[in-house]
Amino acid sequence: MRTYIIRRLLQMIPLLIGISIVNFTIMHLAPGDPVDLLVERNATAEERARIRELYGLNDPIYVQYFRWLSHVLRGDFGKSFVDGQSVSKTILERLPYTLYLNFLIMVVIYAVAVPIGIISALKQYSKFDHIMTTLAFLGQAVPSFWIGLILIYFFGLKLDWLPISGVGTIGLNVRTAGFWATFVDRAAHVVMPVIVVAFGSLTGVARYMRSSMLEVIRQDYVRTARAKGLPEKVVIVKHALRNALLPIVTLLGNELPLLFGGLVVIESIFSWPGIGLLSIRAIFQRDYQIVMAINMMGATLMVLGNFLADLLYVVVDPRIKYS
Amino acid sequence: MLELEKKRILLRDSYGGDALTPEPESYGRMVWRRFKKHKLAMAGLYVLIFMYALAIFAPMIATQSYEAVDPPNKLKPPSREHLMGTDHVGRDVFSRVIWGSRISLSVGFVAAAVAVTLGVLVGATAAYFGGWVDDILMRFTEIVMAFPTFFLLLTIVSILERSIFNIMLVIGLTSWPSLARMVRGQILSLREQEFTEAARALGASDARIIFRHILPNAMAPVIVSATMRIGGAILSESSLSFLGLGVPEPFPSWGSILNAGRNYLLQAPWITTFPGIFIFLTVLAFNYVGDGLRDALDPRLKD
Repeated sequence: MRTYIIRRLLQMIPLLIGISIVNFTIMHLAPGDPVDLLVERNATAEERARIRELYGLNDPIYVQYFRWLSHVLRGDFGKSFVDGQSVSKTILERLPYTLYLNFLIMVVIYAVAVPIGIISALKQYSKFDHIMTTLAFLGQAVPSFWIGLILIYFFGLKLDWLPISGVGTIGLNVRTAGFWATFVDRAAHVVMPVIVVAFGSLTGVARYMRSSMLEVIRQDYVRTARAKGLPEKVVIVKHALRNALLPIVTLLGNELPLLFGGLVVIESIFSWPGIGLLSIRAIFQRDYQIVMAINMMGATLMVLGNFLADLLYVVVDPRIKYS
Repeated sequence: MLELEKKRILLRDSYGGDALTPEPESYGRMVWRRFKKHKLAMAGLYVLIFMYALAIFAPMIATQSYEAVDPPNKLKPPSREHLMGTDHVGRDVFSRVIWGSRISLSVGFVAAAVAVTLGVLVGATAAYFGGWVDDILMRFTEIVMAFPTFFLLLTIVSILERSIFNIMLVIGLTSWPSLARMVRGQILSLREQEFTEAARALGASDARIIFRHILPNAMAPVIVSATMRIGGAILSESSLSFLGLGVPEPFPSWGSILNAGRNYLLQAPWITTFPGIFIFLTVLAFNYVGDGLRDALDPRLKD
């Protein structure tokens, strides 16, 4: 186990180096002179040359790469070419909003999808199972932004029940309005984005749970449990369910990168001030330092998430042995 | 081979025809017979035929130009003249949706084709050569896979010049890695199966084994995944266009029509409703057809 972990960690190093090279290369293919973003519009050629020298833009590309990499390894993603702010600081300011939204989404997805998957499996080919299968197809085909717009139209504009943008009402917090009023306000803001994303993704988790459960209830040890006369409830909950949940647990590792990003469209529709909105703004403003940082962090988390998923597999399933 | 066939037919006829030696069902016919049984897949197929017909005959079906603006008639609700109403500059939404089917469907198709070609090429090369070729190709695949797909897509699209062709290319370029892995895995496992061994034992050449035994079997999941990928690529394009980074104006794609209606949700909900329905139906149809193909192509599933 320990050698396995060490080997996997070592394997990650070339992968991450590869990711950083690809990332850096893509950003340097970008057209336009970064100096344009750094200087005043009526800057003289001399000033431009000075800025170029100051930012090290005259150096060969590999020198620039190693300089960037050595800063990144120290957690420093440089300064934005657009507003001069520290990139790490900007991202950290946005991160809590994205984490908060994605955490709620994940809770909803698992809380709803796991029971659906179990019932679908236990009543395979029943009406419930068929409806859930159909819903799964619908959930995968419908564009999330379209569902978002429909919800905004009905619940936000027509009925005026829910706020359509932001995290909460500005100026309304625990000190000014008390705990409950604040709680209701925050919940009202978050409910639509959560529903939109959860609807699109929970069907996948439910299908996964369904097939995992189907596989387990055909196992010999479930038959044994039934044969020795255990009540059906005990067979399902204690023998089958525990084992069927194992693969689901490992899915959590894969969710790690999703916690961080991936909601560009949803954050844009609901003006949610997280990483997604930041990244789309950075892309439109050609703020490549931020784009590069977000890509790098996202990819790193993906690598870590895969590693975590594999580890969880070994931890929860003693049958799997790694050499 | 031909001689044998002639002899067989002669023999068959002399014994009174099909009753004794029925003509074996061709593979294509068997797939089609099994596919037909999947009702939703058939429904999906009809929807797709309808959508492609709209795209092909767009100039005849669209009642008006997709780019002619008519500001006095902006944000008009659906009527006989404007079946789906008009948008914020008075363009006919119906005509834009019909022309949009051309763009959205071609983006989906070309992007999926790029992804499938790259995926099969990389996956098959890695599996065939093995060794360091396999190592390098698979590490590279892992690197591309590690990037958050949609964000990578956004990044590259924002760097390149905005054109329909670039959108197709980039969607394809960011979505091949999972296919490459699948193809590689398929080929590696097929290589070890009994029928390959049997073919080898019978003295079949490498080329024959690869082209007659391994590739046809590896193609089934590729075809299924390619079908679903067209739907996925249409979704990606619509998301890009919705964010304003997709197909450039004045060309309509379903996503860009939606994007235009985003700010007029209350005054003109029809601008967003109709293209949304088209995206949804098309992607759903591709997914059901893919599902039907999966069942029909799997030789292990008995009818």
